[in-house]
Order: sequence, then structure tokens, then C-alpha cells
Amino acid sequence: MSIFADIFAMFARDAQSDRVVPKTGYTATLTMFTSAAMAFLTVFALSLSLAADRLADRWGEDLAKSVTVRISAPVDQIASQTAATINVLETTTGVASSRVLNEAEQQALLAPWFGPDVPIADLPIPRLIEVIETDVGFDAAGLRLRLSVEAPGAVLDDHTRWREPLTIAARRLRLLGMTSILLIAAATAAMITLAANAALAANLQVIRVLRLIGATDSYIARAFVRRFTIRAITGAFLGTFLGMMAILLLPQSTDDKIFLTGLGFQAGQWMTPLALPFLAGVVAFFATRAASNRALRKLS
Amino acid sequence: MIEFKDAGYSYGGQALFSRVNLELAPGSFHFLTGPSGAGKSTLLKLCYGELHPTEGHTTLFGQDLSTLSRDQLAHARQSIGVVHQDCQFLDHLPIEENIGLPIAVSRKDAVEARANLQELIAWVGLGERAHARPPQLSGGERQRAALARAVIMSPDVILADEPTGNVDWEMSQKLLRLLVELNRMGKTILIATHDLALIRAAKTHVQARVLRIADGQILSAGADL
Repeated sequence: MSIFADIFAMFARDAQSDRVVPKTGYTATLTMFTSAAMAFLTVFALSLSLAADRLADRWGEDLAKSVTVRISAPVDQIASQTAATINVLETTTGVASSRVLNEAEQQALLAPWFGPDVPIADLPIPRLIEVIETDVGFDAAGLRLRLSVEAPGAVLDDHTRWREPLTIAARRLRLLGMTSILLIAAATAAMITLAANAALAANLQVIRVLRLIGATDSYIARAFVRRFTIRAITGAFLGTFLGMMAILLLPQSTDDKIFLTGLGFQAGQWMTPLALPFLAGVVAFFATRAASNRALRKLS
Repeated sequence: MIEFKDAGYSYGGQALFSRVNLELAPGSFHFLTGPSGAGKSTLLKLCYGELHPTEGHTTLFGQDLSTLSRDQLAHARQSIGVVHQDCQFLDHLPIEENIGLPIAVSRKDAVEARANLQELIAWVGLGERAHARPPQLSGGERQRAALARAVIMSPDVILADEPTGNVDWEMSQKLLRLLVELNRMGKTILIATHDLALIRAAKTHVQARVLRIADGQILSAGADL
């Protein structure tokens, strides 16, 4: 029988074929438990993956549009070089705006390292200029060249040095999450295959009787496939529900750049885990179908 | 209907029988007898393709069973009724559902069989036991239920392996009468049994051919049977 016919038969209510395989047995519990546990873990892997994705996007976006120019010059030249730099920036294509960070802003930047009471004015701290790019962006190499001539103490930091590793790390974390989901799906398929094989072995008498009365292999396989698919969907539904509840109970922060408190789903992403019971059903369908066909071929 | 052409079967290097040429004509009644271990059950299994001959051919309705795919073989089995020696039921289902199983697995339009199910259960005397599970039935009741399941789809051929093996004389006579009645409806019957008394009793009701399997050969039994 074709795969389409088997899929159609999955949804067609056939009370008799539902009953030919006894409902009892440890394989029922094993399938449900495995499916529930795997769905629970998948919710977390999915949450991790989506959070990493969001983080990578935000870091990328925020840092790509923000550039800093640092003026490190003798104290008596700082004001003139700052003015020269601002002048250069205002005439550079691709720069939307630029402004010198005030004392309070610089103090806030240093506070994590030196505390809130650091006397900025008394320290030889470089002057910082925040530059916002337009969507098109500017030619960093050209800007550096102009600055080196007109304000030798100005250093352009476009954050590339540390933005790239962060973004790469976040994207790898997302890849890791997706790989985990695939591994969980493979483990689910393996466990369900084992359970299906055990059920087939425990029900040899059922198979013998059905063959005696002229049941085709697809009829016999369908009885097992349907049973295991329904169990997997039920288990996955339970696991997904518990996983989503656990995610909901995680402490949340309004600062979405903080990774650990940003684990979770946002808005429409809450719909994503709802696909897990369906995917568990697909995995169980194909795993049990392959196991049944293999076992029935061996028994011929 | 069922034909053996130079068929033989060996197991573990030892030939159970060889060069068997046999034809079961439509509407005929046959007994297959012989000592235990002679190969009666094996010969029956060759008839419905559970086993394939190690030499020669067996055909069912003109089809060589060894050339059929597993699905084709299953469909061929739907045209014959088999009463197995140990009945072979699904113990978790009531006997009524066990008897009706061939309807569920058949691709044929089974409206008539479905309508006749209760009548058939009553015919084999299990009307009041229809909801019992197989382990709750006596040996005789199980044999009658197996017979009912074998005939539910009105097959042309009925193969019975020691159908009276686990029942008393009175019950074996009752089962025999049911089989004779089916033969009168035009069904081809082949019964494997070592119960010579049953064969003698049957011959008073029906013209039966008795085949004897011994020493690897199948012969027609003598007039004493």
C-alpha cells in the first residue's frame, strides 16, 4: 500500500483495526513517556534557538549602526581635535548624526568598572563621539584616512572587532539549538522504533492470526502505526504543554539583550511549539511504519 | 481448486513427503490422515501458502502460490477458510469480534457477511457466548468459533486441521455435521485428522475421499476406511 493510503488510513476511523492490537503493554507507556520527555526538551531547545536568533539579530543591528570615535590627544589639544572630528563627520556621506558624549554618559560607561563616583574630570580619559550611520553607511577606510590628517588623535571604532565574534557566537548557539532539535527527533524516532519492535515481537500471535485470515501486511502495519502515532501525539502534546508552562514561569527581563532572562518565546513565537505534537506524530508514523514493514517482511 | 504438482517438502534436510500429485475438485470432501508427525499439518499449510513446497508447485484457484507477492497471497487466503489446530484467536477480543475479523480485513464488499454474523454465531451454537473472550470458552466452543470464522466470508474451500482434536465425541459429531452441511452448500472441504472413528462416521453422511500420508507418500486409503 502506498504511503498516501497509509496516511489517509491514519485519519480514517477504523474501529476494528484499532482493536486488533491489545492496548496494554509497557510499550504504550514507553512511547508516551519518550514522546512527552522529548517534546519537553524540544520546547527548551526551540526557546534557546529562538532567543539566540533574536540576540544575534539585535546585536548585529544595534552595533552595525553605531560607531564610536575616540579622541586620545594631549589635554590642550582635545577640544580642537574634537571640533575637527565633528567637522569631518558632518561632511562625511553616510553619517546621519554625531555627538560628543557628555560627562554623565561617560561616567555611566565607566561605572561598571570603577563605580559611580569616579571623578571623570580629573582623569585623562579620551573624549568619545557617538556616530550614527545612515542605512547606506559610510566608507570606514576613507573616514579613517581623513581623520588621520585632520585629527591625528581620533580613532574610529566601528565595533567590528567585537561585534563579529558576538554575532557569530549567537548564530552558532542558534545552530546548536536546531541541531539539538534534530537530535531529539532522531532519538525519538529510535525510541519509538524500539518500542514498536518490542510491540511487534510481543504480538506475534496477533500477526499470525491476522495473516491466517488473509490480512495484508499493510492492514497489520496500519494497526500498529496508528496506535503508536496516536500515543506519540498524545505524549508530545503533554510534554509541549509542560515545557511551555516551564518557559512561561522563567524569570523575564525587559532588557532583551540579557540572554538568560530573554529565554522564551515572544508574541507569535508561542505558536511554534504547538507544531511539536504534529511533528512527533510524523516521526512516529514513519518510524513505526518502517519498523512494522521490516518486521513483517522478516516474518514472511 | 487446490492442486499439488510433484510437490514435496523437506525440513532440516529430511523429506516429509515428495512428488505429491493431488487435486481437490470443487465441492469435494477429503480427509487427510496418517500418524502424528507424518506431515498432515504441513500439507495443509502448503494449501494456503503459509509454507511453500521445497520441490514442485502448489496452486490455489490456478495461481502458483510460490509466485504470489505477500499481498496477493493475503488476498488469496481471503478466499479460503482455515480452522487451525489450536484455533488461533485474538484473546483480547470477544468471540463475536474474532468471528467477524475476516470481514474487517477483507477488501470485498462484506455487507452480506456482516448481516449474517449473528445468524452464523447462532448456527454454531454460540449465541449466548458471543461476548465471551476466547480463553473463557471450552475446547468445543473454540473449535465451533474457529469454524464460524473460517466460513464467515463464504469461502469456496475450508481447510481444517484436527478440528475435533480437543473435543469429546458428541462435540466432534456436531462439528462434523456442520462441515458436512457446508459441503452440501458446495464448499470444498479438506480435514486433517488422525481420528479414524470420525472418518468412518463422516462416510455415513457424505462421499468423502480419504488420503493417507505415510513414509513420505500420499495414497488413497483402503476400503476399510
